[in-house]
Amino acid sequence: MAFKSAVITFPGSNCDRDMAVALEQISGTAPIRVWHGDSGLPDGLDFIALPGGFSYGDYLRSGAMAANSPVMRSVAAAAAKGVPVLGVCNGFQILTESGLLPGTLMRNTSQNYICRTVPLKVEHTGTVFTGAYEAGETINIPIAHHDGNYFADEDTLDELEGEGRVVFRYFEPVNGSQRDIAGITNAAGNVLGMMPHPERAIEQAHGGSDGKRLFENAIAALVSA
Amino acid sequence: MKVRILINLKPGVLDPQGRAVHHSLEGLGFEGVEDVRIGRMIELDVADNTSDAALDDMCQKLLANMVIENYAIEKLDQVEPA
Repeated sequence: MAFKSAVITFPGSNCDRDMAVALEQISGTAPIRVWHGDSGLPDGLDFIALPGGFSYGDYLRSGAMAANSPVMRSVAAAAAKGVPVLGVCNGFQILTESGLLPGTLMRNTSQNYICRTVPLKVEHTGTVFTGAYEAGETINIPIAHHDGNYFADEDTLDELEGEGRVVFRYFEPVNGSQRDIAGITNAAGNVLGMMPHPERAIEQAHGGSDGKRLFENAIAALVSA
Repeated sequence: MKVRILINLKPGVLDPQGRAVHHSLEGLGFEGVEDVRIGRMIELDVADNTSDAALDDMCQKLLANMVIENYAIEKLDQVEPA
């Protein structure tokens, strides 16, 4: 069964092509490209990706406008049915603004745009995205963001930790994120938001391929399902 | 009806932008500035019969992020003579 995925493009997305290339290289099937104004998603999707970028020029707040675009209602409906949804960077911001993930992403405490490869700790491997990693493994994934400072109230943070939903963590303070959180999932585990860019680490020419296993695991799990 | 929405960060939420501006004010020699918090002001021109509930809804669904921000609604036409 072919792997059927979609990459959603908002005005100002700029990592949509990288995401599409990663999905096609690893799955062998090109993802369907969906425009933000489309009111629906194709039927029978195995995987939805919200790419990085600066949707709507980060007007109001990063991700706030995109979170209210027509296609996001369909993304929320698919997520509720258990379809895996990966939001990277601006995609993560859109997921928090849409309420599919808790908390929000604020301006980096340094006030600087940060663009470099950082080591991440894989905290939990029980998700469709992280099953190919070892628990506690260190992986190197690039970050490139201005608003990656994860914030949620203490109760929410404790809940995320207690339920094993903090799946990626920085080893050191990078952007001011509370508890050095780099990526979280929803309660069901099928929606992952992360600031680092796994689609930029899928071959050695990128400087590393630690992001590849995230896609490989999701694709293998979904195609065999 | 003109409505002014004032949005500010909740107490306790770190405001790195405000902190940077605070440092700049001190650098310019202004003394006695205890703290700087930066928010956002949005002006709406809405139908006169727009309900308070609808304005609250606008703030909560889009204009403010309730995770980190508070908002206040001022109806300008009622406080300032035309």
